[in-house]
Amino acid sequence: MALILNEQQTMLRDSAHAFISENAPVSHLRQLRDSRDETGYSKALWKRCADMGFCGVMVPEEHGGMELGNVEAGIIMEAIGHTLVPTPMLSSSVLATIALREAGTAAQQSRWLPRIASGEAVVALAVDESARHRPDHLDTRCRSDSRGLVLEGDKLAVMDGHVADAIIVAARNPDGDPALYLVDPKERGVRIERTIMVDAHNAARIRFDGLILKPDAILSGGNGARALGCALDAGRAMLAAEMLGIADEVFARTVAYLSERKQFGQLIGEFQALQHRASHLYCEIEFTRAAVAQALAKLDENPAGGAEDVSIAKARAGATATLAVQEAVQMHGGIGMTDELDIGLFMKRARVCQELFGDDNFHIDHVGVLRGY
Amino acid sequence: MNSLADFRRETRAWLEANCPPEMREPIADDSERCWGGRHWTFKSEAQRLWLERMAERGWTAPTWPREYGGGGLSAAEAGVLATEMRGLGCRSPLDSFGIWMLGPALLKYGTEEQKLEHLPKIVRGEIRWCQGYSEPNAGSDLASLATRAEDAGDHFVVTGQKIWTSYANFADWIFCLVRTDAGAKKHTGISFVLFDMESPGVSTRPITLISGKSPFCETFFDGVEVPKRNLVGELNRGWDVAKYLLTHERNMISSIGDRGAAPTLGVLASERVGLDAEGRLDDSVLRARIGQFEVDEAAFRLAIRRFGEQARAGIPVNPAYSSALKYYGSELNKRRNELLMSIGGAVALEWEGDASDDGARARDWLRSKANSIEGGTSEVQLNIISKRILGLPGA
Repeated sequence: MALILNEQQTMLRDSAHAFISENAPVSHLRQLRDSRDETGYSKALWKRCADMGFCGVMVPEEHGGMELGNVEAGIIMEAIGHTLVPTPMLSSSVLATIALREAGTAAQQSRWLPRIASGEAVVALAVDESARHRPDHLDTRCRSDSRGLVLEGDKLAVMDGHVADAIIVAARNPDGDPALYLVDPKERGVRIERTIMVDAHNAARIRFDGLILKPDAILSGGNGARALGCALDAGRAMLAAEMLGIADEVFARTVAYLSERKQFGQLIGEFQALQHRASHLYCEIEFTRAAVAQALAKLDENPAGGAEDVSIAKARAGATATLAVQEAVQMHGGIGMTDELDIGLFMKRARVCQELFGDDNFHIDHVGVLRGY
Repeated sequence: MNSLADFRRETRAWLEANCPPEMREPIADDSERCWGGRHWTFKSEAQRLWLERMAERGWTAPTWPREYGGGGLSAAEAGVLATEMRGLGCRSPLDSFGIWMLGPALLKYGTEEQKLEHLPKIVRGEIRWCQGYSEPNAGSDLASLATRAEDAGDHFVVTGQKIWTSYANFADWIFCLVRTDAGAKKHTGISFVLFDMESPGVSTRPITLISGKSPFCETFFDGVEVPKRNLVGELNRGWDVAKYLLTHERNMISSIGDRGAAPTLGVLASERVGLDAEGRLDDSVLRARIGQFEVDEAAFRLAIRRFGEQARAGIPVNPAYSSALKYYGSELNKRRNELLMSIGGAVALEWEGDASDDGARARDWLRSKANSIEGGTSEVQLNIISKRILGLPGA
């Protein structure tokens, strides 16, 4: 298991960075936000991402994907962190893809995976129900009545929920065990409300109110609870990779600013007070880089065996990105508080990435639980 | 690739056959380490045998060339050896400033004669070295050192004082920075010389630290004669050698934060502090601090591993990266020791007596405070990162 990229992975990294910085700089996100774009992402760009192989990076080859691993998906997520381009990469190409791969029936897989890989369809995963991430407290449930299985419950922070062609819902089955159900968002009994988020990325609240499930709705090709765990861990590692990209980007911009901004007749980067803080941040970013690499590589070894490494990476990346964006605003001074400067967009997105699927508090606690204290 | 697998198999078999069982038990305290030297008394026959067998293969210095007594291993093979030793719990056969610090500098800057004279003795643990760098008025500002070496024909005459010389009172030889050109700018008038600590005019005085231990000395030179053939590198260019060597020292100190099989803090704490009904440490704030520490420590260890992988893959890494490791590793070790004191509570404060093992934990805690001072303070490391990695102006 390696913590450095091999030759093919290095090529993927270079091409992902080049493609994203050329086609979707930060102004791309601004444009979507300021025009209050209804889709919240560019479908045209997403199709081009499909041509690059991004959309199906984790989809098996037999379904038209690249059949690559978490390391490769993480490389793309890290590149995304550099320009904050909003795409269904995390929701559809990682979370839903893994859920379908691990627990989908053959019919569900062949219906959805090829369309995910081609960028034609977006599939979302609905997990969280409360303000803070608590995957063990699942209140959405299926009950059986005369009409069949009926789904009830409320979800929030569902990434790309309002633009999804299908939604995979984590809910308790009639026995009370966690399971995954594939739902058509257009059916009666599904109410979707887009929530405009601080980071201008897609999210929705979804209410399932007496939704009658089709007999083939359940992901019964594998263990639903295990598949959910795999998807969540991969999602956490991807968010860690995105936050690493964010930290790298704002740090580079901040160091550049320290080297050009003058006050008191000298470059502010000459002040030791700022030099030491910048150097400390450098260390935090470098060590987080290693933790993220470990989590991604571990998941490729065993998608269900990376919990501790994933929590370490998510906790580190959350704390590091938080420090990086705060230092960036502080060191830019007043201009750092303006909407015109991009730094604020990175701060907002970092906050969302921190929160999604558990912040550093959640994951530090989790490491303690896993280590038995 | 196959040959590396073969090497792993052979290495494991050899270690299993040759590492005495006593040398596979974790080291309980520093007195069990093997430092070697002219006056060394082995703590056990197993310790003697383990050093002899490893030195025989050159595996005390695995990557040094065979002609100087080293193991002649590639970086990848040395990595395999280290992994296999860790796997079997083998102790380090020899702790040595000669291996960690002087050797790499001699390999790069030494003459053939110097390499042949000194390196094999370092490998076999026959000569114990100390480092003469810091002076009372040259700490962080090391280049302002004042110990002078005057030209006396075929030898130098060295006069001055060093401080914080680790284990100078046990050392056989010293590698030492001396001023050979008082008129030059401070970095350019320094030379790097080697001499025997038994030379007339050398004396040492141990310094008692806040831990009650005396690992450091004041070292005095009063007209010590040093043959000119003991000059390493060019005259007045000793700063180059010193800087090169410091990066190795930093790697060594940063590895303090990298503890192999030591129990995690959380496990230690749950034994001492106890768990609540839900199986969590019965002090939620301490638990959170320990968790935070363990996450940071894990990232740090992974960064060291990644650093090693980059080196083996031939990926260039900024040499100043060692400053990042040194800075973070020493700060982590201080945090670890503060947490250990919290876990130990009042018992850990008993300076003498059996319950605290004569204040072992408190002494380690106090000792750890030097981690961010020795080998360049944390502030100096941050200066180096600012200048050499970030390229900030005026750094």
